[in-house]
This record gives sequence, structure tokens and C-alpha cells, in this order.
Amino acid sequence: MLEVKNLHVYYGQIHAIKGVSFTVKKGEVVTLIGANGAGKTTTLKTISGLLPYKEGEIHYKGENLSGAKAHNLVGKGLIQVPEGRHVFPNMTVQENLDLGAYLRKDKKALAGELEKVFSLFPRLKERKQQYAGTLSGGEQQMLAMGRALMSGPELLLLDEPSMGLAPLLVREIFTIVTEINKTGVTILLVEQNANMALSIAHRGYVIETGRVVLEGDAQSLATNEAVRKAYLGG
Amino acid sequence: MGLFVQQIVNGLALGSIYALIALGYTMVYGIIRLINFAHGDIYMIGAFVGYFALTTFNLPFGVSLVLAMLIPAILGMLIERVAYRPLRKSPSIAVLITAIGVSLLIENLAILWFSPDPRPFPQIFPNMPLDFFGIKISIPQIIVFLTSVALMIALNFLVQKTKIGKAMRAVSQDKEAASLMGIDTDRIISLTFAIGSALAGAAGVMVGVIYPRIQPLMGVMPGLKAFVSAVLGGIGSIPGAMLGGLIMGLTESLVTALISSTWRDAIAFGLLIVILLVKPSGILGKSTREKV
Repeated sequence: MLEVKNLHVYYGQIHAIKGVSFTVKKGEVVTLIGANGAGKTTTLKTISGLLPYKEGEIHYKGENLSGAKAHNLVGKGLIQVPEGRHVFPNMTVQENLDLGAYLRKDKKALAGELEKVFSLFPRLKERKQQYAGTLSGGEQQMLAMGRALMSGPELLLLDEPSMGLAPLLVREIFTIVTEINKTGVTILLVEQNANMALSIAHRGYVIETGRVVLEGDAQSLATNEAVRKAYLGG
Repeated sequence: MGLFVQQIVNGLALGSIYALIALGYTMVYGIIRLINFAHGDIYMIGAFVGYFALTTFNLPFGVSLVLAMLIPAILGMLIERVAYRPLRKSPSIAVLITAIGVSLLIENLAILWFSPDPRPFPQIFPNMPLDFFGIKISIPQIIVFLTSVALMIALNFLVQKTKIGKAMRAVSQDKEAASLMGIDTDRIISLTFAIGSALAGAAGVMVGVIYPRIQPLMGVMPGLKAFVSAVLGGIGSIPGAMLGGLIMGLTESLVTALISSTWRDAIAFGLLIVILLVKPSGILGKSTREKV
């Protein structure tokens, strides 16, 4: 479904991504793990069209995405939940969800979609009329994910959904990620919390300073000695 | 007492014009954090488009008003596309200086094309004061006030209730997240310039209706005062711009009548200093939180 080949990304003079390659197959949960600053978010932002790239290729559903802008990819079902939620703080929960469905014209399907989002995240239904900026961090993460679901994702890019959340909430969020995957949405998950990420992913890639240093199925990565030392706390 | 109420009426008519111009400042600021100093000149262009539509082409008032909104709207989009968009990632001071450059360019082109001499704006509405219990309200004043209020209600509906309005608010709050919703942010910014400029164009015609003299530098002072109004109400806030404009108009007409017209501008700009000292975010402005 997604194929990234030898991707190079620069921030001005800084060579942030140095030839990253990986694939995500339809129906999978794939995770990119690595330390802060390894280039995980940059990789994700490049795929979603927020950052330009000089070298390499990104193929999505067989199509080369070279030069595609973020807003053009949303309609193709390539949806990103950004790091740090980025909900619209001065708009209500309902308005945020409506914006997720900005490009969708099938009003009938949307009503069902909204029900689905509310059943995954009952808390959002309770707070429908509340301003998003007044929600707690966990609720904002739920809203960001709910909003992305309203866009009708085929491939969902999740950037650090666990960031800044209490362990209990992290577990809740990851359970929901698994549920979303079961409804047929392919997921590319970027995480610093390697433990959690590997527990729900099918496969994973370890990124260090802009390069993929290890890859494999989630279980073998979770038991890999080097990975355990570096990311799983022994 | 009669004089006081009379000045309030005059002030509301003038203030609704400031409000229309202030809306453009505040909307553009809200969406790209730019003080568009060329905005007062767009208002001048609106007045001239209205003038030529009414005199040279002899069009009815309604059609002239629409043209005087449409052509500035196109001009506003053009300015954004040519002058500001290439600087989207530049430091804001570069864009600000560009805005001043655009302003000078429009003013001088207007002097070149329209001549610097003032022209009389045609009087379409009889300047007959209607007497309401001793308060004289002229027909032009009523027309100006009602048209402005109608435009502001329409704008409020657009921003609060429509999909385009939601997209505009989303872009002003978080551009990157907005583009992840599938919103073409450049298009929304362009549209914001168009709407703000159309309102300024309408204000240009409105001012011609009450103060029937137009000339190429007519946008400078009202532009600055509308900017002060926008800051007064809270820059970035649409209701703030409306309120700020009305306060500015009322202050001016009361100062003129009760103190002296020589104090008018000093007090108008004095308001800016006071508000920046007392409540820099403006009356209805939200104090901005730094994003983390």
C-alpha cells in the first residue's frame, strides 16, 4: 500500500533523512520506532506531503507521490494525525470533527461515520459542544484521531499518539488503534514508546539518525537484544 | 443633549465605515499575521470604482456597489498572490515592508491615472434630513448604516455557519493541521483577502455617499484609523473589528462636536496608545498563548 524507497529529506542544510526505505502492506500496523530526533516525524510529514523531499520515491497505492501537497493527499485516503494533536482550539469538538470530513460529500455515510467515532470515543460525544482547547491531553488525542477517521482514511499515519499521556490512557489509545486497524484501516505508527508500539504492531522499523538500522516483525524486534537495550529499558 | 444624540448618529454612520475597513485588517491578520498596510488603498480603489461606475458608465447604485466590491476583491487576491505569497516563509518584517511598498505603489498609480485632484462623488440619495424627535438623520446616513450592518451580518454568517467559514477559522488557528484536513490553505488565504477587500471596497462607496469627495490619498487616514479600530477591538477578532470601528466613529464625532475638530485625530491615535498600554490584546481579543 505504501512504499518508501531511499528517501532523503533536508531541513535547509541539515540532512535529516538519509535514505530511508520501508513498506506498509494493506491491513498492517507498521511502526517506526527510535529516539527523539531520529527522523521519525520528518519521515511521516514527508509522506503526508507537509515536507518536500529531494531524493527517493514514495509510492502510495501504486502512485508516485512526488510533489504532492498535503491537502491533495487527504482525498486519496492518506490521513495523518499530527504529533501534539493539533486540534483547532477555538472550535468545538463537533466543528473539529466536521473539518475532518471537509472533503467528503456523501452526507449519509458521514452520519454513520460520526456514530462510529462516537462509539470509539464516547467522551467526545459528551463534549460535543465544548471548545477543543479546553479538553485534556488524552481527550485531544482522541479528538485528533476521531477527526482523522472522519476523513475516511485508508492509510492512517499516527505520530506519537502516546506523547504526554498517563500510562492508563496510553493503553486505552493503543487498544483503540488496534480496533481501528480491525475495521480495515492500514496504520503507520511512529512512537518513542517502543514497548507499546511493538505490542500492537505487525512489523517494525528502528530508525536512528535518519537511517533504518533494524527491521523485522514486531515480536522479533521486541526480543532483539540491541532493541531491548536501546529502547525497551533493558 | 440633542447635540450629543445627534453626534452619536453621525458617529454610528462614520463608525460603520471604519468597521467595514477594520474587518479586512483583522481577517488578514487573523489568517497570516500580517498588517496589510495596502488595505486603506483598496478602500480608495473601491471609491473610485464606484465613482466611475456611477458617472462614466451611468450604472444603477446597486450594480455600482457590487462592482466596487468585486474589483477590489480581485485586486486584493492579486496583491496577495504577487506580493505576499512568495514571502510566506520569510520573516514578518519583510512582508510588512512589502505591504508598505504595495500601498505606495497603489497610491501613486492612482495619482497618475486618476489625477490628484479631488472629484465630487455623485449624490444618488437626496441629502434630506429626516427628523426623528428632533434628531436629524440623513437618508445617506441611513443607507450607509443599514448597508454596513447587512454586510457584517452576512460576513458573520459566512464565517460562523458555512463550510468555507469553518475552513477560514481552521487555517487561522493552525495552517498545518488545516492542510491535513484537505483544506487548500493558499486558496483560503486568497479568499480571505478577497472578502476583506470587498468589504473595504464597499466602505469606499459608503464614504462617497456621506462625504462626497474622493481623491487618491483618501485611504491613508481612514486606513490608519480602521487599523487602530481593529487593534482596539482586538486584532484577529471579527466582532472586535466591528465594535472597534463603531467606537472609533463615535469618539471622532463626539470629540469634533464637544471639544474641537483639531483634537479629532490626536484622540483617535491616543486611543491606540491607551489600549496598547491597558489591554494590548484589545477589547474582545484573546490573549495569545505561545504554542508548545
